[in-house]
Amino acid sequence: MVPTIKVEDVNKSYGKKPVLNGVNLTIPKGQLFGLIGPSGAGKTTLVKMIVGMEKADTGTIQVLNQKMPNLGLLQEIGYMAQSDALYVELTGEENLKFFASLFGLNKDVQKTRIAYVASLVNLTEDLKKRVAAYSGGMKRRLSLAIALIQDPKILILDEPTVGIDPELKLSIWKEFLRLKNEEGKTIIVTTHVMDEAVKCDYVAMVRDGRILTSGSPTELKALYETDDFDEVFLKAGVKQS
Amino acid sequence: MRMTALIKRICQQMLRDKRTLALMFVAPLLILTLMYFLFNGNTVDPKLGVLKIDSGLVDAFKKADIKVKQYEAVTKDTVVDDDLDGLLQQDNGKLKLTLRNDDPSKAKVLQMKVNQVVAAEFQFKMMMKSSGPAPTITSKSIDVNYVYGNADTVFFDVLSPILVGFFVFFFVFIISGIGLLRERTTGTLERLLSTPIRRVEIVTAYLVGYGIFAVIQTMIVVFYAINVLDIVLVGSIWNVLLINLLLALVALSLGILLSTFAASEFQMIQFIPIAVIPQVFFAGIFPLEGMANWLQAVAKIIPMYYAGDALKGVMYKGESFSEISGNLIALVIFAAIFIVLNILALKKYRKL
Repeated sequence: MVPTIKVEDVNKSYGKKPVLNGVNLTIPKGQLFGLIGPSGAGKTTLVKMIVGMEKADTGTIQVLNQKMPNLGLLQEIGYMAQSDALYVELTGEENLKFFASLFGLNKDVQKTRIAYVASLVNLTEDLKKRVAAYSGGMKRRLSLAIALIQDPKILILDEPTVGIDPELKLSIWKEFLRLKNEEGKTIIVTTHVMDEAVKCDYVAMVRDGRILTSGSPTELKALYETDDFDEVFLKAGVKQS
Repeated sequence: MRMTALIKRICQQMLRDKRTLALMFVAPLLILTLMYFLFNGNTVDPKLGVLKIDSGLVDAFKKADIKVKQYEAVTKDTVVDDDLDGLLQQDNGKLKLTLRNDDPSKAKVLQMKVNQVVAAEFQFKMMMKSSGPAPTITSKSIDVNYVYGNADTVFFDVLSPILVGFFVFFFVFIISGIGLLRERTTGTLERLLSTPIRRVEIVTAYLVGYGIFAVIQTMIVVFYAINVLDIVLVGSIWNVLLINLLLALVALSLGILLSTFAASEFQMIQFIPIAVIPQVFFAGIFPLEGMANWLQAVAKIIPMYYAGDALKGVMYKGESFSEISGNLIALVIFAAIFIVLNILALKKYRKL
């Protein structure tokens, strides 16, 4: 079967500073894939390349069997950046409508999709409020709703749970698992929190622009002979250097 | 202790932001230098056409640093066609001075000089009356006519069309620039670019979106200036609106473009002395002829130079659409260049 996302030998540097160094990834359809690593490891650059906003210096990235960057494929990718990136002067509904229009959804589809994603993130009651009046958690949920608005096959979420209270975090992760299991979506999540990494099907540990190690959480724990995921990361780092 | 820590932090921040620092120190010098050149431009000798004026008077004019051109016959367009500042004619022993008056300060200088020379010459002739031939001039008073404006024309009448254009330019520039800048800083631009929208679509949408407000603003400014402030308007108001709308388009595209190179609102404001203030200098408030050659060349790449010329032409001189079309084309070219650069500049955010 053709993998949903295939990253082959990608290198990237900003000026003289290398950001990514020989990165290879293969992500099959319907996988919840975790990119784990400290801040500045190159996670965001890598996901931006998969979305097609950055171009690799060398190497290729294929999404759904097509080479990125590719404008048409953006229709199939829901991207949620680290910042909330909302228009605070507008209401939640207006934000959703705006992005729905950018994806070319027609009026009827827009209505049903907005109702659906709003209920998904529990914002139906607050759609008419201006985003400026939203709490931090509500903004994050709205941002996630926007990433889902066009019903994409792939979801790319850059640190989706930063600054979110534990309860909401739990419900968002539950939602990820549901999207993966019931709707067969391929999801990439970046995080630097190890307890989130454990929930992924497959994780790749990134540091200094390299993939230190990858595998399912249980495989990795077995490989590094530990029960603690933090330790896996530390041991992988030591082994590398 | 806390204060010193704070002061130290502020200094560190300033030192990290090299451009703000450079602006603080270098930009004032730049403006001062520019103004120095502007106000120290050589004054150009006025050009006076003469018809049936006796040679004694002509020689006296030449001594008074007036360039004199002698005519055998003149039409009513001679002054404008031959680019004269004035024309002196003698008619039945009376002197008639026609001033072009496109620049009231220049016209006043010429009128004063002519008056002085004629008065001196008249006195001289009166003294020689007994011995010399009968004087050709019977009166020392001069009839004065104006090609543009009248005796009450003040500098502001020439200035106001330019100011109208400048304010349109300034505010459209600032508002559109900061508009796109906020989109960048809040991350919504990145989000926009993660949808299948084309760069061209973003730039066009911005031009149209802010363009609507620019149109409204332009109309308010123009109608207010003409109807409330009673600014001189000889030509068509539609031409005035057209010039200002094109100017707004230039300001809009330039504002959006420069916001690409600003990381914050603070840095956007820094573009005012660099991109906006020179517009005033070359808009026609200061006469271009007196400027150094290289400064005159600089004027050619300043949008306000064309807009100012066209606005002055329509509002004060009553020029028609065909007479200002060259200036309009220049404005269109500026806008087109900025728009293309905008589309390319967005590549910074998405490669496609």
